[in-house]
Amino acid sequence: MSAPDTPKRSMRTPLGRVRNLGAAHSGTSDFWRQRITAVAMTLLMIPALVIVMMLLRSNHAGAGQILSSPPVALILLLFIAASTWHMKIGMQVVIEDYVHNEKLKLVSIMLNNFFSVAVALASAYAILKLSSGV
Amino acid sequence: MQVYRWTLTMALSIVHRATGIALYVGTLLLVWWLVAAASGPAAYANVQAFTGSIIGRLIVFGYTWALMHHMLSGIRHFVWDLGYGFKANEREALTWGALIGGIVLTVLIWIIAFAIGGGR
Repeated sequence: MSAPDTPKRSMRTPLGRVRNLGAAHSGTSDFWRQRITAVAMTLLMIPALVIVMMLLRSNHAGAGQILSSPPVALILLLFIAASTWHMKIGMQVVIEDYVHNEKLKLVSIMLNNFFSVAVALASAYAILKLSSGV
Repeated sequence: MQVYRWTLTMALSIVHRATGIALYVGTLLLVWWLVAAASGPAAYANVQAFTGSIIGRLIVFGYTWALMHHMLSGIRHFVWDLGYGFKANEREALTWGALIGGIVLTVLIWIIAFAIGGGR
């Protein structure tokens, strides 16, 4: 990456201009959120696996019954929130690393956002519909 | 790049990305499963027919491994983020741990799943 253009007269130091920015031009917030969501998923992994195993052995009616329990629905919703956010950031890092054409990169990042949000909302909608027993 | 000796940590760095991308695509299966459960018994039966088939089981088995490996490999990265485990032998141990641990956990999960009758 080339350094941003330096104004002729500025009191700002070179470090001050680049501090908290990175290759993504948005600082370290994604880096931090990537870690928060990773820790959240690691903590939720065992309860989430237990729920999936319970669901695996049941038919459609049984699955509805399991998902109608508030703790089960909440654990799955939290896991989906953490995982979709995590995967959105992760895929963006991959795109930024390998897609060098600026326009293609922006389109890819946009599609990545669409996909991640769609996965998150579709899953959350399904869980909420099941847990409200409709 | 060619001057670098190919190391285990380098290879596993690629595997971390590859499993991440696989998990990303694999969420489609998760969405299909949940939306089918919300749609009704017929849609749910379709998912169960797929996950019960040979190809379906292979995909879900692969997904289980990708998830377990990515999690352990991620914990390894977290240890490095905290500033530990950078000595050569520690790096190697953490990486082998993630590699072997991922396989062990995957097999364990499938044994439990079959034992409780989820492997229909």
